[in-house]
Amino acid sequence: MTAAVIVFPGSNCDRDVAVSLEAALGHAPIMAWHGDSTLPDVDLIVVPGGFSYGDYLRSGAMAANSPIMREVIARANGGTPVLGICNGFQVLTECGLLPGVLMRNASLKFVCRDVDLRVERADTVFTSQYTKDQVIRIPVAHHDGNYFTDPETHKALEDNGQVAFRYCAADGSITDDANPNGSLANIAGILNTAGNVLGMMPHPERLADPLLGGLDGAPMFSALAEAIAA
Amino acid sequence: MSATAQRPEDLMGLSDEEFDTILEIMGREPNFTELSIFSVMWSEHCSYKSSKFWLKTLPTDGPQVIQGPGENAGVIDIGDGLAAIFKIESHNHPSFIEPYQGAATGVGGIMRDVFTMGARPIANLNALRFGSPDHPKTRHLINGVVAGIGGYGNCIGVPTVGGEVNFDPGYNGNILVNAMTVGIANTDKIFYSAAAGLGLPVVYVGSKTGRDGIHGATMASAEFDDDSADKRPTVQVGDPFTEKLLLEACLELMATDAIVAIQDMGAAGLTSSSVEMASKGNVGITLNLDDVPQRETEMQPFELMLSESQERMLMVLKPGREDEARAIFEKWELDLSVIGTTNDSERLVLTSAGEVVADIPVPPLVAAAPEYERPWTATPPREVLGHDAVPAPFDLGVALLTMIESPDLCSRRWIWEQYDHMVMGDTVGRPGVDAALVRVHGTQKALAISTDCTPRYVEANPFEGGKQAVAEAWRNVTSVGATPLAVTNNLNFGNPERPEIMGQLVGAVQGMGEACLALDSPVVSGNVSLYNETNGAAILPTPVIGCVGLLEDVTQRMGAAFEADGDAIFVVGETTGWLGCSIYQRDMAGGSAGAPPPVDLNTERQNGDFVRSSIAAHQINACHDVSDGGLAVALAEMAIAGNVGADIDYKPAIPVHAWAFGEDQARYVVTTADPASFEALAAAANVAVTRIGRVGGAALTLPGAEPISVESLREAHTRWLPEYMASR
Repeated sequence: MTAAVIVFPGSNCDRDVAVSLEAALGHAPIMAWHGDSTLPDVDLIVVPGGFSYGDYLRSGAMAANSPIMREVIARANGGTPVLGICNGFQVLTECGLLPGVLMRNASLKFVCRDVDLRVERADTVFTSQYTKDQVIRIPVAHHDGNYFTDPETHKALEDNGQVAFRYCAADGSITDDANPNGSLANIAGILNTAGNVLGMMPHPERLADPLLGGLDGAPMFSALAEAIAA
Repeated sequence: MSATAQRPEDLMGLSDEEFDTILEIMGREPNFTELSIFSVMWSEHCSYKSSKFWLKTLPTDGPQVIQGPGENAGVIDIGDGLAAIFKIESHNHPSFIEPYQGAATGVGGIMRDVFTMGARPIANLNALRFGSPDHPKTRHLINGVVAGIGGYGNCIGVPTVGGEVNFDPGYNGNILVNAMTVGIANTDKIFYSAAAGLGLPVVYVGSKTGRDGIHGATMASAEFDDDSADKRPTVQVGDPFTEKLLLEACLELMATDAIVAIQDMGAAGLTSSSVEMASKGNVGITLNLDDVPQRETEMQPFELMLSESQERMLMVLKPGREDEARAIFEKWELDLSVIGTTNDSERLVLTSAGEVVADIPVPPLVAAAPEYERPWTATPPREVLGHDAVPAPFDLGVALLTMIESPDLCSRRWIWEQYDHMVMGDTVGRPGVDAALVRVHGTQKALAISTDCTPRYVEANPFEGGKQAVAEAWRNVTSVGATPLAVTNNLNFGNPERPEIMGQLVGAVQGMGEACLALDSPVVSGNVSLYNETNGAAILPTPVIGCVGLLEDVTQRMGAAFEADGDAIFVVGETTGWLGCSIYQRDMAGGSAGAPPPVDLNTERQNGDFVRSSIAAHQINACHDVSDGGLAVALAEMAIAGNVGADIDYKPAIPVHAWAFGEDQARYVVTTADPASFEALAAAANVAVTRIGRVGGAALTLPGAEPISVESLREAHTRWLPEYMASR
């Protein structure tokens, strides 16, 4: 039961997510350098937040073409759980593991604050310790989190139940006011069709320590720890 | 022979006397490159020639101080082998000309000052002053500065956790952007800039050198006029991604023992970094300019020496360790080039294409830098105003709502939501009230950090205002339960050649010095920004203090939010209803006038120590310092933060508007579940406390006013800034 965190030049939430993983797993994850073309055997891969390659070209675009990502794609296709957070979500869309794009926020401004999320799927390896329709509070911190895809892909995402989280009001209702970045249908996180790849803009690792003001992110890491220990 | 006859037409900002000194030092006429080097080294920005005489009077020592002023940043001991390294620095002139890049490179520069000493930056703060909201440039400048600070800090992944913002027409032509960084290092792994040792390789790392920012330090040492926008090419362009790589590469190399000395290339670039290292190490340095990595062709020696291209460092390595260093920098895809060696000549010698292009003795270049005891006139004292000199409002509740909606008191959420304030996973106290609180990673310790200055007080009385800046920062750090340890200062003033401006600087420095002594918070680093004038109009005198304190156990932190229903509310400290120079007087009663509130440093110390010990003894459930806007505003902020109201049933003996909005110093609002014990503790400590009401309900009820719902307080508090920024 080991996890790997991929580190690109410009990743800056790699240490944060490693702290949360270590708390849940009981031991530190492997930190895998972007230039490596091989990855040890691991049960979970996390692509962390940050500004890989300075967001040059497009957020996540250059990281998606780094040597390690060929290996990440192969493992994902083989069924290994892959979690992309924030810039990691952008990398997963750029490399084709997840559909759609993350455009500039509708406000055109960086936004860093706690948001409410409605859990749309509680039957995945990532979300099994939440309940469906539960409202959880998780921070966002991004400039490019405005999820978009074409109508056919969107329909497929909805039909297949690939939407994992939506931005919502405190009572769970899906409103424009609750949408921090203009995302299509308030989408905050999506799964691949097999359900083993999750990309999400909010940072669960930022509210997984009571001193930081909340614990709503912790169940994701304990769910993953439980799943890969099983 | 007459020196005057040989004077070049352009002395590059140097005076005739300064040029004569250069002729003496050189024993000949300096060439263009040499004169450029003297010009930047002796600029106000690099030499502190107007302020040095007074800066020397500040207290800089203490058992907690590992390194005071004179290095890249100050260093204090926080126990268990750890050190906090911090400094504040201005980027005022560039930010007015090009707000995004000016502010961004200000943040980049101050972070380099901190990590060049071996620290990982853990927190950024910024103290900002803008002109009147009605001024046509203000909105554009706020947008650019905030985006620039966020753009740099967010990308590099260091949280921006706090700061302050004021508006005043005095800043219409000169905004202030002061950026502070705090980092953490091991006490046995602190790096300095003295290049001690002979025959050592001098190594350049980081970005390539371009033509950006040439004469930036000189620009920062002159007033603005209507053509200042033409100086845009002197503003540097930042690349936070490269700085992130530079940070990681430097820390990786610092984990080895290959580095003898390291210095970032900030103002005056390669010139000041190489001179600094040679001077401190009592050595000479020879640089081959052909080996400097360059991103433009045909760069002249003076351009290479004066360029302020960002994200560069100069290091002196132990001999034979170059390959090890190169491997680390190549891993991070950065340039590393050996550009020179140290020797015993004590001269800075520059070569290019096999020719010597500059040859300057280092000791006089540094030691003979001018130092002026400029003439100054003290700011005339103002009259102390009585309560009746400042009229009461028609309605106290309406006045409070108007004030908390005003530009200077409203919520700064629109700003700090654009900053990543949580990255690194240790932001325990988020932006909003009092000091920011950042945990020291992997420990139970936390650092409390606050930046403060009340320019209208300093304008009215520089001495009291200087004291107050230190006292307020100290009080904010105390409010979260931490023990203040040291401060950094950023002295922003107008043209020091005008005696009344120089008088402001002298008064403020004297006041700061007295407060730092009384509050055991020595000045360990700082920066001076003068000539903040446009067309002869100076800014308000703005000596900003950044205070750093230590909380040994982060779980003992104190918040400002009202908590439990029924808690008793106390004011710690005496309330005389001092309205002179208050926000109420300025915004609601015709303008700032009279003397500002005096700061009694003994009382300040006594009250603060009492509050801190009460927090440690678990006597208090919430604590907030009283500053701008007085008691009523402090109570409103605590109600908004806790989303619970309060009933203030105290009957003041003074006019109620003076009681509610007066800005007497050394005060805190605290709440407690056990008023009897709290009062007994206060009596034992000989501290004045006044019980004024209790926490509870959904409204704030003040004496002589209708209840105001917490919801309407919040709406008023959060309305103005987003609406202002969205309008055009």
